[in-house]
Parts: sequence; structure tokens; C-alpha cells
Amino acid sequence: MTDLAGPVGGRAKSSFINDPKVRSIGLQLIALVVVVFLGWSFTENARDNLAAQKIATGFGFLDNTAGFGINQTLIPYSETSTYGRAFVVGLLNTLLVAVVGIILATIIGFLVGIGRLSKNFVVRTISTVYVEVLRNLPPLFQILFWYLAVLSAMPGPRNSISLFGEVFISNRGIIIPRPLFGDGAGIVVWAIGLAIFLAILFRHWAASRQEETGRYLPVLRINLGLLIGLPLLAMIVTGFPITFEVPELKGFNFVGGIQVIPEFVALTVALATYTAAFIAENVRSGIQSVSHGQTEAAHSLGLRHAQTLRLVIIPQAMRVIIPPLTSQYLNLTKNSSLAVGIGYPDLVAVFAGTALNQTGQAIEIIAITMGVYLLLSIITATVMNAYNKRVALVER
Amino acid sequence: MKRLLSTFALAGAMGLSAFSAQAATKLEQVKSKGFVQCGVSQGLPGFSNPNDKGEWSGLDVEFCRAVAAAIFGDPTKVKFTPLSAKDRFTALQSGDIDILSRNTTWTITRDTSLGLNFTGVTYYDGQGFMIRKDKKVNSALELSGASVCTQTGTTTEQNLADYFRANNMTYEVIAFATNDEVVKAYDAGRCDVLTTDRSGLAGERLKLTNPDDHIVLPEIISKEPLGPVVAHGDDQWFDIVKWVLYAQLIAEELGVDSKNVDEQQKTAINPEIKRLLGTEGKYGEGMGIGNDWGYLIIKHVGNYGEMYDRTVGPDTPLKLSRGLNALWNKGGIQYGMPVR
Repeated sequence: MTDLAGPVGGRAKSSFINDPKVRSIGLQLIALVVVVFLGWSFTENARDNLAAQKIATGFGFLDNTAGFGINQTLIPYSETSTYGRAFVVGLLNTLLVAVVGIILATIIGFLVGIGRLSKNFVVRTISTVYVEVLRNLPPLFQILFWYLAVLSAMPGPRNSISLFGEVFISNRGIIIPRPLFGDGAGIVVWAIGLAIFLAILFRHWAASRQEETGRYLPVLRINLGLLIGLPLLAMIVTGFPITFEVPELKGFNFVGGIQVIPEFVALTVALATYTAAFIAENVRSGIQSVSHGQTEAAHSLGLRHAQTLRLVIIPQAMRVIIPPLTSQYLNLTKNSSLAVGIGYPDLVAVFAGTALNQTGQAIEIIAITMGVYLLLSIITATVMNAYNKRVALVER
Repeated sequence: MKRLLSTFALAGAMGLSAFSAQAATKLEQVKSKGFVQCGVSQGLPGFSNPNDKGEWSGLDVEFCRAVAAAIFGDPTKVKFTPLSAKDRFTALQSGDIDILSRNTTWTITRDTSLGLNFTGVTYYDGQGFMIRKDKKVNSALELSGASVCTQTGTTTEQNLADYFRANNMTYEVIAFATNDEVVKAYDAGRCDVLTTDRSGLAGERLKLTNPDDHIVLPEIISKEPLGPVVAHGDDQWFDIVKWVLYAQLIAEELGVDSKNVDEQQKTAINPEIKRLLGTEGKYGEGMGIGNDWGYLIIKHVGNYGEMYDRTVGPDTPLKLSRGLNALWNKGGIQYGMPVR
């Protein structure tokens, strides 16, 4: 080696092995090779051993006919569909619980969290009791409670509780009328979409106008009018193309209408109320992290209590709330796999349960299922992190 | 959780074990650990059910005891692993258990693509339906539109789908992970019908609040040959488990039971009995166990008929008559291969 590359400042010339940069890259490369080799040999070995024992391997089974029924399907599915389709049905059922559960948990969590800081003794106590009871009971226990306690209290389908003769509640779930789309229904759907688009546009315009001129418009009322008025107008013009199919008791069960199965209700309610207890604590800590001076400043500007909370406190509290909130969303999604305890057809019950048993391909199916949960969690975390960046305090 | 653990164990066992290395045979492993590890159900009266002291009883349990008796001369050298329907095959594939004796239906998929071998049929069964009497249903063909509770991870889900499809009927299936949950949901009125193997229905009915309010419909919608299962790859072990059942069947056919077996061993003239009880020929040798294996099974557990009557027979709460499970010369199809 020549002297050219050496530092001028008189540091002793040394072998490239001692260069920290070269060293770290080298070590990482070795680690990577070892990991890849281990992974490869593990897979190869497993394949050989499985083949030697004549245990079926590979992902070809996804194209085979599943041959079993599922009682809640968001996409068309029958016994003649494939295992691949059964997988999608299970995945959608998991997502349904996760999305509805997250929305409910967030609403309840914020209300209870704010309630814990209320000046009203009753509200404060109820919120505290809620948090302490729900977060300290195991979630599976709560799911079973909602399912078996509430289910056995419900009447059978023949004596079901009827709301206006349209909605029926029994131990078979909640049966609601199904909308039937006739000619021209497309226009109504378009009108709804257009109304939503216009409402968002109007809100933005009103907000920027207020910033420029200081004049305030009753956005909520105008938008509400828009959202109801436009579709209604479309309905009148097209002559009410959307009708409802009212469920009707025939034989054992209701025929027609949409059935919301009790397993879904029990699972969603249990997970939402359980997770809400944790979210409430996040919200409380977030609000308490905003210094009291902010409240005083807002009050002295003439903002009312609710306005102070909505415009000053919550936006600042969000930066503390969001990161643990993300964890709670992930927990709820993963806890939805407890569905198997009450027979809700989620991904684990349908795919890692029935499909696994029928095909016997445990390694492939468990790998796919784990991959799905990992992917769902990463997507949730990415979205929440992006949101976190938006609401984070911009420091000067 | 257990399923996940078993799956990891399976993945680990398959991934890490050297491909060609020949480990000790199953029999050697069982002898060196001193007991047979037997996979059973999580509680099905008549087949495998623990009592309040944790002692297991039932047809499937007694069969495992018979295997232990043949190997060790001691029917108590068995340890039981309760498994859900879903976990059972993974537990066997990964070597967690030596025998799966858990009212398991013999099907082509299970026999040919799971790396398993069925050793015989301990109980010929068929799937049936149970329903509340006040629904006033007398035939399974009147069940269109019904909600049906069943256990996931069994052949029943597919049979159910096939039956309703073949008869052009609609249904709603609610599948639970364990038997207990199925029974609770059915008892709570979540579903109109409970479906599983008819022997299972007889057992589950006893767990209901008012067993007499429910009837089992006459239709049998499937063939469910239930039997013990072992893992591929050890023919000696396969032979032992297979011949334990045959020995019990032959003993019943020859009139040898646990009460007269000592006398028969000393005084029997019938060469078939002598071969079975090990006083003539060396038939245990081929399996690597003692030549008195047949004697030990009958002495400690009894013949097939005794085992049946004790666990599921007409004098038990399950009240199941022999039916198909009677011996071949008594109107049934149970048939033991000859010892010679």
C-alpha cells in the first residue's frame, strides 16, 4: 500500500481490516450469508423430510375445492369455491372486525378518556370504573361473556324482538332489511358520492375563507343538508329505485334481509370495549401532557371549554396519544383471532382451522396466516406513523 | 396456541433433523422412556374423558392402555395428551405423541397425504343430527334453512356441506374450536341442530341442561370409521398398534376374556387360543415384544367386547348398541385377522 490514502495528521498506517467501515460492512455481509444459508438449508431440509414422510407440501392446495360452508361471507362464496377463496373470505371477516372494532374503540376510548378528567364526579367515577374493570379482565373471557351471557338472554327466532316490523333481534343475530337496487339506483349512488365530494370541498373552501376574512360559515349544517338533500333529490328524480327487502320468518330462520351474526356482534363489542379502556388511558395521558397554561391562554382568548378542548388541547395531545394508539389498534387486530373461541369465521378459524385440518398442510397455512397478520400490522403502523408525522409538533 | 407450538415443533423437527440419520425405532423410544404417549380428545364421554381426579376413561383410552399392556405388561404406563380436533395430526407428525387414539375418522386424505397410518377401526360410526324435540322435526330432510353447530377441524363440516348440497337444502354453519363450546352454543339456542358422529351425539347429549328434550334424528349421513393412528416411517410400531386391536377382536371371538384368561392360558386346547396367549409359537418376536403380548392385553384390559361394554355399551350412560361394531359372525363388521 502506498502512503497516498493515509491521513495526513499522522495517524498510524494500519491494515484495512482495522478500518471500521470495511469491518462493519464485512461483518454484516458475513451475518447475511449465514442467515440466508440457514434459512435456505432449513427450508430444503424441511422439504426433504416432509417428502420422505409423504406429507403433502406446496401451495397447490389453494386451487382445490374447499367443500365446507362459512356463515358470514362478504364476497360470494359457496362450498364449491376454492381454499384460496375461503382464505379471502376469512381475511375479509378479520378485517371487518378490525375496522369496525377500531372505529368503535376510538370513539368510546376518547369519550371515556375525556370523561376521566371531567369535573363532574359521576362522569369521572363511571369512567374510572370502566377503565379499571375492562382493562383488567382477560379479553377471551370478555368475548365469551358477551357471547354466551347475551346470547342465552335473547329469545329464539320465533319470538324475536321486532323493531317496527323491519328489524328483528334474536339469538340468531340482528336481521336488518336488505336494500334492493332497481333501475336508476346507480344515479342515487353517484349522487351520494358527489355529495360527499362536494362536502369535503366546501369544508376546505370555508376553512380557507375563514382564515383570510375571519368570517365563519355554519359548515356542519350546510354539509348535512348537502349530504341528505342531494341523494334525496336524486331519489325523487329517479322515482325511488331503492327498495328494501324485509326479512321474513320461514321455517327455522329468517329469510331475506341481512343477518348480522351474534358472533360478529359479540366479538366486535368485546374487543372494542376492551381496547377502549386502554385508549382512554392514552387519551388521558395525552391531555394531561398539555400544560395547563394552554387552557388558561385559550380561556383568556374567549374560547369556551368545549372549543378549548377541540381546538387547543386535543391537537397538542395527539402527538402523545398517537404512538400508543397505534399499538392498541395492532392489539385489537391481533386479538380478533380469539374469534375461534366463539365460532366467528375469521382468518384463523376458517383458514388456520378448517382448511388446515382438511388439507393437513400446517406449515404452509400457519406461515401464510402469520404473514397476513404481520402485513396487516405493518400497514396499520405505516398509516399511523404517517398520520403521526402530520400531527407532530413542528418545532422551530 | 398449542397448534402453533406443534406447528413450530413440526417445522423444527422437519427442518433441523438430518435427512438420512436413522434415529431409534419408536418401540425403543417408548421402552426407554417407559410409557406410551397417547393423544386423546379434550373430553368426549365414552371415548376419552377425564374424571374429577384427572383419570381418563373411554374406548380410545382403553385402547392405549391395551398397547401399554402389550409392551410393558402394565396398562398404567400411558400418558395422555388432550388434543383438539385441529391439533391432533400435527402432534402426531411432530412426534409429540406415539399414538393418536381420538375418535379419528379414517379418510384417504389423512391416510395418504398427512404422513399418517390408520391401524384399524375401533368404532364404526356415522354422522348424525341432534335437535330439540319441540322443533317437531322427524327427518334430517326437513332441516332446510336450519342453523347448525359443529366442531371445526373435523370431517363433519364437509359431510354437512355435502349432505345439504346433495339434497338441495340451505343451512347456516357455526363452527367452534372445541366440543364444549359447540354444546354450550347449542344449549343456548344459537343453532337448531348439533351435528357430529352419532356416538359423539350420545355423549354430548349428556352434557346438555335437559338431555331428554333432545332427539337424535334417524339419518346417518356419512361413514365414519374411527380408529387409532400412528406416524409414517416405523412399520414395527404400526404392526404393534394394529395387532393389539386384532388380538382383542380375536379374543372376543374365541370367548377369551379378562376373567377366564388365566385359566385359558393353562388349560386351553384350541391352538388358536394358545397362539393368541403365547403358549404356542413366538408371535410377539416379529413385533419386538414379549410372546405373551396377547395374554397381557386380555388380562389387563380385556377383549374388544368387554372394552366396548365398559365404555359405550348399552349399560353405560351412552347406551350404544353394538350395531356395526358387533363381530362379523354376530351381524357386525368387526373382524380380527388370524394369529398364525
